[in-house]
Amino acid sequence: MSLLHLAIISPLILALFIPLVHKTVSKIHTGWFLLPLPVALFAYFLSFLGDAIGGQAIMETLAWIPSLGIDFSVRVDGLGLLFALLITGIGSLVVLYSIYYLSMEKEKLNQFYVYLLLFMGAMLGVVLSDNFIVLYAFWELTSFSSFLLIGYWNHRERSRYGAQKSMLITVFGGLAMLGGIILLYLMTGTFSISATVAMAGDIVGHSLFIPALICILLGAFTKSAQFPFHIWLPDAMEAPTPVSAYLHSATMVKAGIYLVARLTPVFAFEGLWIWLVGGIGLLTLFWGSFSAVKHTDLKGILAYSTISQLGLIMSLLGVGAAALHFPEMEDGYFAVAVTAAVFHLINHATFKGSLFMVVGIVDHETGTRDIRRLGGLMTVMPITFTLALIGSFSMAGLPPFNGFLSKEMFFTGMLRAQEIGLFNMESFGLLFPVVAWVASVFTFLYSMIIVFKTFTGKFQPEKLEVKPHEAPIGMLISPVILVSLVVIIGLFPNLVAPLIESVMASILPPLLAAGHDFDVHIYHWHGLSPELFMTIGVILAGILLYKFMPKWAGIYNRMPEKFSLNSFYDKGLENIQRGAAKITDAYMTGSIRSYLLYIFTFFILSLGITLFLKDAFVLDMSHVAEIRAYELVLAVITAVAAISVLLAKSRLSAIILLGAVGYSVSLFYVVFRAPDLALTQLVIETVSVALFLLAFYHLPKLGKNIEDTRFKAGNLIISIGVGAIVTLIALSAHSSKMFDSISQYYIENTYKKAAGENMVNVTLVDFRGFDTLFEITVLGIAALGIYSLIKLRMTRGREQ
Amino acid sequence: MMKTNNLILQTATKILLFVIVLFSIYMFFAGHYEPGGGFIGGLMTSGAIVLLLIAYDIKTVSKALPFDYKKVVGVGLLFATGTAAGGLLFGKPLLTHWFTYVDLPLLGKTSLHTAVLFDIGVYLVVIGTTMTIIQTIGESE
Repeated sequence: MSLLHLAIISPLILALFIPLVHKTVSKIHTGWFLLPLPVALFAYFLSFLGDAIGGQAIMETLAWIPSLGIDFSVRVDGLGLLFALLITGIGSLVVLYSIYYLSMEKEKLNQFYVYLLLFMGAMLGVVLSDNFIVLYAFWELTSFSSFLLIGYWNHRERSRYGAQKSMLITVFGGLAMLGGIILLYLMTGTFSISATVAMAGDIVGHSLFIPALICILLGAFTKSAQFPFHIWLPDAMEAPTPVSAYLHSATMVKAGIYLVARLTPVFAFEGLWIWLVGGIGLLTLFWGSFSAVKHTDLKGILAYSTISQLGLIMSLLGVGAAALHFPEMEDGYFAVAVTAAVFHLINHATFKGSLFMVVGIVDHETGTRDIRRLGGLMTVMPITFTLALIGSFSMAGLPPFNGFLSKEMFFTGMLRAQEIGLFNMESFGLLFPVVAWVASVFTFLYSMIIVFKTFTGKFQPEKLEVKPHEAPIGMLISPVILVSLVVIIGLFPNLVAPLIESVMASILPPLLAAGHDFDVHIYHWHGLSPELFMTIGVILAGILLYKFMPKWAGIYNRMPEKFSLNSFYDKGLENIQRGAAKITDAYMTGSIRSYLLYIFTFFILSLGITLFLKDAFVLDMSHVAEIRAYELVLAVITAVAAISVLLAKSRLSAIILLGAVGYSVSLFYVVFRAPDLALTQLVIETVSVALFLLAFYHLPKLGKNIEDTRFKAGNLIISIGVGAIVTLIALSAHSSKMFDSISQYYIENTYKKAAGENMVNVTLVDFRGFDTLFEITVLGIAALGIYSLIKLRMTRGREQ
Repeated sequence: MMKTNNLILQTATKILLFVIVLFSIYMFFAGHYEPGGGFIGGLMTSGAIVLLLIAYDIKTVSKALPFDYKKVVGVGLLFATGTAAGGLLFGKPLLTHWFTYVDLPLLGKTSLHTAVLFDIGVYLVVIGTTMTIIQTIGESE
């Protein structure tokens, strides 16, 4: 295990100790014990920066299940490193912020921080694994920890609803992704991501290629809240605000973007990829920004804004993928979309993270996030106002902040999309810049709503539950750092240019091979370009819409609630549950006889049909030993006892007769020299007769219920069927030897390899120990099952 | 359970119980070389306890043997999985067993085998399961 592996799982290890620390040191906020870890990890990952910029990828492998090609291999390249830095960097700030946000006295901090660490480790695993299966495992762990964090205030109904929704949608996508991974494996024969990327050219046109592409995109789209799967993200806002800032804006929701970026070189040669990623991204971009405007909850606005921004990055990645079709194109004509995507990814983390923290502060200090009750906070909370102003202006794409630069670059990418000239882009390409522009207008609009509806206008202290005041300094540190980054990157964008170049090298490696180097230079001034006019248009249209908002906002009410995706989800969930209950109730009648009926009927049909279709019945008497007299006597005794069970008048005699059947069978084992089996059977019979005697009291008298002939005939047919099938199979099994017997191996190796002389027992504990392990587990589960069934019935009986 | 005064059965049980339990322990250890092992040993011990149950009643027996048999199942599973996972610590696959021979006073040359630890798990799970079932059903009146 290398240091790198340790770094990834260190949050998971620390998570084990958090409950202990929380219990022993109750005077100090648990968050302080946590904080050093993400900070140290951030510093550790910074040390990889030089290598990543130099184009080197660090690779460390740890064998996990080598026989299946599953290794915990870790690869740090530009893309992975950028995400690792985001996860640990934003993670440090969020932990710091949460120390002031979550009260030490009221909250279950131990749980909160365990979940948070779980997430941090899982997320690092997702972005640094070079093995698809490991990536998938960590991917599901992020869904799982997100579920726990959204449902952290689990006494609230909405929290539980949001947690379940996010879990159902993201895990659905995760499973689809697993399917995609397996399809990829079938084509490439490897789970290694870098090896798959290297093989990209060979698998295009394979019949499984398109299904794999769709499955993988389902995973990415659900995770990154792309239309129509975006509906879980607004409900995820029930989580505490530090969590929303961390998981649901800066890191986890970008896992889908990471996956798309990582697999761009594999799938980009397929036009469907460009259309799906670009098109769905664009649709999400528009729908998110359009829907954000109608919300009055600040976190609701931010949630839709995040959806829209994720769509923006996604659409850029889709359009940028086209660059791989033109390796001869100079100075990254289409690759600029990818540059914009990476740049915006960084910017979005800074401004959206700070905005979430600002909203958290507002919520914390005023007790509400509803913009109808807020207003005029500018004078009360001047620092928070400044932070919100810068964050929002950056999000709206105003100079001189970093959002302006990436927004301009986004327009460039979209304008060039119509020139791609592939896959019908010439006819539909115009859609890209048009939709992008409209969406940007709405983005501008909601950015303004966030700042001005909250901080300007009439101050309404009577509508607030508490008297608002400026936040404590500790809560302001994190957003101040993020906002400073917004300004610094805005003024000196080329500071991050080397990092962007190295990320692009991971997304578009074939271009690098063709002799390009990604020379990223970010300019503030491009001259009087179309992009500039688009920005000016956005601002003008945005201001107009803001001014006349009451006049046109009515269109939001025109959309019937009945057809919304949310009601579709709710209804669907309800119907699935109802349908499942219906089906279950139809066959789970509660009568053991019915269950035995299903099992035996299935047994007869499946085995009987197979026996018949495969023509498998053989009767070969050639190597059968002579039947000796005492064997015959035993057989007669067994049969007579078995038949007498049916004819027995009282239950007690039936039990004793059944015991007689068992004992005579164990005598057979003695005759055939299987002492272990004979012993086991004898003791089992003894114990089960005792068990029967115990249960005896609870059973009704035999023959009390008068059964009709049809019922009896059914039982007769089924029992004869089972008997006949078992006999036929036993005879055929004895008559046909398809393989050499394995007993010779045991005879030779029992003493040599396992130092035992009793072959049966050595097989049980050693050669086939795995079987035994699971058998005793099943035994234990059965015991617990019977225990809880009876105890539950007893307590229920007592309650009545 | 039955409330009968079974003096002969009770007296015989007091002696037989130890014979059966001792025999079951012998069976358990003999398993590696002769018929026996965890399954049979466990069943036989349960048989002894069942005999107690028949001779006396459930309350008396649970007073004499105050085990929570559900926990016995848990301990047994812990033994089995622990032994199974033990090999992993030495870089061996799951369920790799290890054995050696030592000379013990009185017993002479004896083999020590980690499979016995695994078998203890089986033994305990079998007792635990059987007794949990019998006790729960017996108590549910």
